[in-house]
Amino acid sequence: MPHTLNKALEPFLIIVGSLSVSMVLFGAFVAAAGANPFEVYQTMYRAAFGTSFSWQNTLIRAAPLMLTALCTALPGYLGLIIIGGEGAVVMGGLFAAIAALTIPDASPMVVLTTMALAGMAAGAIWLAIGGALRHYRAVNETISSLLLNYIAIALLNHLVTSTFRDPESLNHPSTHHIGEANMIGLIPGTDLHWGLVFGIVACILSWFLMHHTVFGFSSQIAGGNVRAAQIAGLPVGRLILIVCCVAGAAGGLAGMVEVAAIHGRANDTLNANYGYAGILVAFVARNNPLAIIPVAVLLGGIRASSGLLQRVHELPDATVLVMQGIIFLVILFSETLYGRFSRMPKQGAV
Amino acid sequence: MTTPVPPDLEARGVTKRFGPLTALKDVHLHLRSGRFHALLGENGAGKSTLVKCIMGYYRPDGGEILLDRQPVTIRSPRDAQTFGIGMVYQQFTLIPNMTVLENLVISKARLNPVINWKEEQDQLTQFMAQMPFQVPLTALVSSLAAGEKQKVEILKQLALRNRILILDEPTSVLTPHEADEVLGHLRAMTLAQQLSVLIITHKLREVAAFADEVTVLRKGQFAGSGKVSEMKISQMAEMMVGSEITAKPKQRIENSTKTPKLLLRNIRVNDDIGVEVVRGVHLTIHEGEIVGVAGVSGNGQRELVEVLAGQRPATGGTIHVHDELYQPTRDNILRHKMFCLPEEPLQNTCVGRMSVAENLAFRNFDMEPHAVGGWLMNRPALRRSAHGLIERYNIKPPYPDTPIQSLSGGNVQRAVLARELSAEVNILVVANPCFGLDFLATEEIRLQIVAARNRGTAVLLVSEDLDEILELADRVVVMFNGQLVYETTSSGADLALIGRHMTGHST
Repeated sequence: MPHTLNKALEPFLIIVGSLSVSMVLFGAFVAAAGANPFEVYQTMYRAAFGTSFSWQNTLIRAAPLMLTALCTALPGYLGLIIIGGEGAVVMGGLFAAIAALTIPDASPMVVLTTMALAGMAAGAIWLAIGGALRHYRAVNETISSLLLNYIAIALLNHLVTSTFRDPESLNHPSTHHIGEANMIGLIPGTDLHWGLVFGIVACILSWFLMHHTVFGFSSQIAGGNVRAAQIAGLPVGRLILIVCCVAGAAGGLAGMVEVAAIHGRANDTLNANYGYAGILVAFVARNNPLAIIPVAVLLGGIRASSGLLQRVHELPDATVLVMQGIIFLVILFSETLYGRFSRMPKQGAV
Repeated sequence: MTTPVPPDLEARGVTKRFGPLTALKDVHLHLRSGRFHALLGENGAGKSTLVKCIMGYYRPDGGEILLDRQPVTIRSPRDAQTFGIGMVYQQFTLIPNMTVLENLVISKARLNPVINWKEEQDQLTQFMAQMPFQVPLTALVSSLAAGEKQKVEILKQLALRNRILILDEPTSVLTPHEADEVLGHLRAMTLAQQLSVLIITHKLREVAAFADEVTVLRKGQFAGSGKVSEMKISQMAEMMVGSEITAKPKQRIENSTKTPKLLLRNIRVNDDIGVEVVRGVHLTIHEGEIVGVAGVSGNGQRELVEVLAGQRPATGGTIHVHDELYQPTRDNILRHKMFCLPEEPLQNTCVGRMSVAENLAFRNFDMEPHAVGGWLMNRPALRRSAHGLIERYNIKPPYPDTPIQSLSGGNVQRAVLARELSAEVNILVVANPCFGLDFLATEEIRLQIVAARNRGTAVLLVSEDLDEILELADRVVVMFNGQLVYETTSSGADLALIGRHMTGHST
């Protein structure tokens, strides 16, 4: 059966091809900016994967991307294009910090658990709003989830400059610190915090949920053809809400990790574009949660290399964002290529 | 406007084949100058194909088209316009967010690069003044009622100076009152010798009220023609559906216990734009019985089936299954074993990119052995079940991992049959199950439906193919305009009577 080979090979070839095209385009860009593209790529490799320090740097950036990519990838199984990962991260981080501050005297384990639950719940509700608007009111979920990002950011800015402001955070309005004792800590023997483990476990669990459970199978039917799902009697609305909640919980967890492992407080650093980069990761991974892991590492590496690019080649900090944008465009374009290279077996006679 | 009479249009011996299928065979049609001519026929009788041959969409495989007795070759609809032939389609082709004026101007074959709106408006105002009916030029099309939109469609053709107007079921989107008004204007224009009209319709009432002449097609062949004034309605209905029952009923076991299985009470349903299209349907179906719903498409059958399949909410009425109020949840569907064979199964009841094995499991993927403990999928068990069904129902190609969208139509329908009929079924809702399938697949699928009935399944069969209903059904009901208007046993069926009820001419 030739097409089963194609089925696996086609996405792989198209994605590798798109990444190569992106590298050529970005090379032309840096050449135009006056740098040698080959040296730039060498530097990027060194900065991302050259040493154990750069690996750690890359993986720290990859961890939140794994979680935010799930915000787009999981609803994708139901045929929804949700780009509200940024909002889920912000809401997750904000409410995780608030939760920690409401129980100052609890033990660190209790505080961290409460923070995780609060963050995941906030993210879940945030994405579920977009899913519910889609299913019950036919509002375009892409637009609504995008706009909800801005609302989340505005809410964060409002709360850290008013109700929850730490008076000592002068130039950088933030909540109070959650307390050093409550920080999440590192994986023993490394400089990596536990967020990476959360990301990998979440991706594996998501993959298992969508590919090996009755729930995932139902979601695939509903995402593939709503009419077929209705004839099978599947509760399409409930499936959409649950999947959006799971996806939002992943984003909320990413926000909680940002607070509990890195910043110690909620402030506008939560809004660091991990949500938007996660969309790119999900697209490149074609919504497959297992493929998200390596793609997130790759993109984490690209983002980790920005500092060194600036120092060695005097390229501006935003150069890596240009690369990210080029990859995004080429991947979007490559979506039109599916089915053009594989030769399906001719329709059999009746 | 100088007004020579409209040209005389004749289609002589037109034949059109699509692959092995002969859609039209040696069909004649003569539209005399200034006449109002109706083209009658059931769904699939070849009316649209004939008109498309005239308009230049299709090149006929045999026969010729004559204008004023001269053979002509019409290559495209735009070409047809140079001969003065215009067509109004069943669906509106206007741009809703533009005004009437803008719609009329952009339909011109040739437009100047810069449009002089003042001049266009003056010309069209003048043109409009000569017409028997008017529509305000500045009105937005989306703000017009359906009847007004239909008038704009007709004005658009007249503004292009077409003298022969072909209308494909122009009244299907109109209320009876709007239909009478529009057809009345067209009638007046033909009487004034300004226009010839060829109208495709199912509605005998409109033919009797407005047309001068009628041509009837049946199964792609010429079935008769004549002056409306010299024909009886019953004669036309008979020409449409034929005079003798050609379908042979399938062998059946008389086992109906008269136990009611499915009870529909006063079902009401709206279509996508909120118009009530099912208007109080009452129906009881018993164990071991096939009830056939006959009717011209577009009389609410599709929406009725969608309600029973759980794809559309009813706006009123109740469904009782086994004496229980029924809602199409997954639990109820599986408990009552009420399954569905809808038309176009790939679009309606399959997920094209999922495999044959997965599609075969839509009814039982959440049960043992396919789901361990009710939540964990057991893929090997799924494939094993699929192998069994593929063999039993002869699905080709016999690979469970093939995406179902790469199967032929007959094999998709077989796969759906396998899924819906392989286990016990109490109630089966079937809609146009053989649409688009070849002879062998059709036979096989009909035999399966009768076999299910003989095992005691209560079957609701909705079909546009009257022969199919007479071949399969124990009882026939006719659906017209959202209601069941006539009922008969298939053994005592009177085709002329059925035909009259299908076309809304019950008296």
